[in-house]
Amino acid sequence: MTTDQAVDSVPSTISSYLETKAGGPVEHDADLAAAGVLTSMVAMEIVVFLESTFGISIVGRDLKLDNFRTVDSMAALVTRLRENRDNA
Amino acid sequence: MTRRITVLGAGVMGTGITTLALAHGIPVTLVDLETAVLDRARASVGRQLRHAQLLGAAPDVPPGELTTSTSAADCAGSIAVIEAISEHAEQKDKILREVSGIVDPGTVIVSNTSGIPIDELAASVERPDELVGIHFMNPPYLITMVEIARGPRTSDRTMESVRDLLNLVNRRGIAVRDAPGFVTSRLLHPMINNAARIVGEGVADAAEVDELMAGCLGHPTGPLRTADLIGLDNLADSLFALHERLGDPQFLPCEQLLDHVRAGRLGRKSGSGFYEYEEITR
Repeated sequence: MTTDQAVDSVPSTISSYLETKAGGPVEHDADLAAAGVLTSMVAMEIVVFLESTFGISIVGRDLKLDNFRTVDSMAALVTRLRENRDNA
Repeated sequence: MTRRITVLGAGVMGTGITTLALAHGIPVTLVDLETAVLDRARASVGRQLRHAQLLGAAPDVPPGELTTSTSAADCAGSIAVIEAISEHAEQKDKILREVSGIVDPGTVIVSNTSGIPIDELAASVERPDELVGIHFMNPPYLITMVEIARGPRTSDRTMESVRDLLNLVNRRGIAVRDAPGFVTSRLLHPMINNAARIVGEGVADAAEVDELMAGCLGHPTGPLRTADLIGLDNLADSLFALHERLGDPQFLPCEQLLDHVRAGRLGRKSGSGFYEYEEITR
């Protein structure tokens, strides 16, 4: 898999997971909180899913609900944390 | 003087109350009979502190230090002792009797009972004026209101200490008169019992019951999701305790609920109840 493919697969991996929570398709820019998907428990499940799937740790100021409102915002967070990890 | 508190019982509620205090920078001694239970509680507390932070429910302060112990004697020196063991009057009597003989006068002893009258528990302590009920809701680190049960012998000074304690953890309390089930359990528990009965009769499934109660009546999660969060064994214990004291058959746990308990489907903490759960949210 090339780096571009790896980056591209992040949003689709996340949306596939979220579809099991939402019970249907999830647009990448859809506000999951407004849609009622991002409940307090689901939010924590998502954090753990992202950490285990992408090998990252979401801690400190990154651990805030705003980062998990859309597939796009989650993908951006994952990409940034993976770059930080790889550059460390 | 350190503001350490002691929590007795490392079950669902004891663990959640511990998280609430730690998240507000207050050191906690968490006591349970079994080391394995305490080890699981420590792991749960770590997850719950992250959960609280994620949802903006924890102030920006360093968490308090968690100490675990299998000895209730380690409550000595705490500013408050919070009993959060299972809803059995005999077990509460035993632990309250023990800690009452250890703590200094002026130390508030709190029971997190969901419905056993405080004046009944007051028979177990040396200073009944220092005993009070604080009924935390689950999860305590997310729900900002509590029900305060003032026994007939609870002093004004103890009530002031309760207010101070709740201020430390940024909680708001409504004080009610002592009675079986107080307000919240007296209303909620029979509703959950009836919801389970409705499922057992095949009128609707659990998700439909909850969706109707949420969509039509504004219940945040529906009664059966709430039941799973409480723990179905704890709920059955509470219902039996209320039935024993109120005599009303609507408080007798229905077969649908007891079937789950007998099968070990205790709700979120066991991975299944009226719903199935992923391990991480237990």
